[in-house]
Amino acid sequence: MTMQRRNFLKAAGIVSAASVTASLTGCASAPVPRKQAAGHVVVVGGGYGGATVAKYLRKWSEGGVRVTLVERNPTFISCPISNLILSGDKTLDDITVSYDGLKNRWGVKVIQDEAVAVDPVKRTLRLAQGGSLSYDRLVLSPGVDFLWSLVPALDAKESQEKILHAWKAGPQTVALRKQLESMKDGGVFAITIPKAPYRCPPGPYERASVVASYFKAHKPKSKVLILDANEDVISKKGLFTKAWSELYPNIVEYRPNHELIDVDVTNTTALFEFDKVRADVLNVVPPQRAGAIASAAGLKLVNNRWVDVDWLSLESTNTPGIHVLGDAIFPAPTMPKSGHMANQHAKLAAAAILNLLAGEAPNPNPVVMNTCYSFLSSTEACHVASIHQYDAEKKTVLPVPGSGGVSAVRSVAEAQFALGWAKNIWADALA
Amino acid sequence: MPFARHLMSRLSLLAVLAAGLGSTAAFAADPNLARNLAATCANCHGTDGHAQPGAMDVLAGQDKGMLLQKLNGFRDGSRPATIMHQIAKGYTPEQLDLITTYLAAQKREGK
Repeated sequence: MTMQRRNFLKAAGIVSAASVTASLTGCASAPVPRKQAAGHVVVVGGGYGGATVAKYLRKWSEGGVRVTLVERNPTFISCPISNLILSGDKTLDDITVSYDGLKNRWGVKVIQDEAVAVDPVKRTLRLAQGGSLSYDRLVLSPGVDFLWSLVPALDAKESQEKILHAWKAGPQTVALRKQLESMKDGGVFAITIPKAPYRCPPGPYERASVVASYFKAHKPKSKVLILDANEDVISKKGLFTKAWSELYPNIVEYRPNHELIDVDVTNTTALFEFDKVRADVLNVVPPQRAGAIASAAGLKLVNNRWVDVDWLSLESTNTPGIHVLGDAIFPAPTMPKSGHMANQHAKLAAAAILNLLAGEAPNPNPVVMNTCYSFLSSTEACHVASIHQYDAEKKTVLPVPGSGGVSAVRSVAEAQFALGWAKNIWADALA
Repeated sequence: MPFARHLMSRLSLLAVLAAGLGSTAAFAADPNLARNLAATCANCHGTDGHAQPGAMDVLAGQDKGMLLQKLNGFRDGSRPATIMHQIAKGYTPEQLDLITTYLAAQKREGK
């Protein structure tokens, strides 16, 4: 008892010192022990990052902070698990979650619209349908945009409907499944992979594996051709190559150093500097950058593609008041662009924003971790995991030596964990 | 009124911290540290450890000693796992103490 009281007084001392330095909110000169976070946070993008930050801001402030979420789609559709639609194991319904939980249980105001411009000085956000929102803090979780200029023939709606990306789950995923279903036995499915970093590093290899699983059962004379711009398989290499040689020896073929320069849409042909490959179904995972609103807001980008952030708060390094999450940021060392990671970014940012709104510094010791499951067939999966702790000297989060790693073997058990992971993270973000 | 309620919730959080840390104050920097650390488990084990029915263990309201024993088993390799042996090694013993204290304090039922 006395110990708790002593610690409380100690903490209160720290807090009142902090609230003296943080007088920018301009209210209350009385010696208040801790201010409660209040204000309005606008979140752009309702994917893994945006949905999670919206929920946790409401939850952790006990409703004290107002949250508005701007999302262009009417429902959340998960990219993770979406490859199982291509193999015929799941439907679009299985990976779709409503925003009702955020609205009704957590009191988030959800607006179906698109953010088009930010005024970081007046702290306002302009919407495509003409409205405007003012904010105390803005969270951008815009995901990726595709760099069609690097695949010029696909820079048109009609071509994109023929040569599919299916790298944002939804109608494209369903359309790609239809192409695979109508392909003749003995046909070729080719997938092109851009240079890293891109959204979901193991995703293309998982896709190749589960499409091969479908072919093996239904179109055994068909081929899966992986055309990778990278020098080698960049994620879970041993597990993928073992699955390809053991499960699909006559189906999967992997070709490294194949950077796509364009496509011939009429002949469904992928064009490379010294090579061209015709396929019956051609699937292009395009090169990517942070969603357009990031550059429209004037945020500092790394390599002209990814937003540079402060790892204690995920605030933009050049634009105060704007926090960025998920695939859009320039990642910390070895950190993948994954839905799991976006969810972890969201909680780091939610905690930091609530501290900042209360006039306090963000938590100086943040930790984020990643778990990413990949299916190798309809029934077996594997994982990669990592834990990243903040390093005050390097001002970034770094993987903990000796921790993390990949599965020893692919297994049926991990396929169950993969589906369990999905159920839990969807609920953690949206329910 | 809201201030009083707020103060109470602060006090209970500090109690959680104090219980987890004993007399060490090294981690008292952010009063929500335990909450923040435990939130890194939620992707797989549910918000505040309330896992969805199915493959994942419910952590909310479990006995702290039992949770710590499992985590230490994962850390030293004595407890078999597909993934938790890799994850448990990413946290310090002090962090695992804070996490298990927080999760054990969650109500077992409800959401």
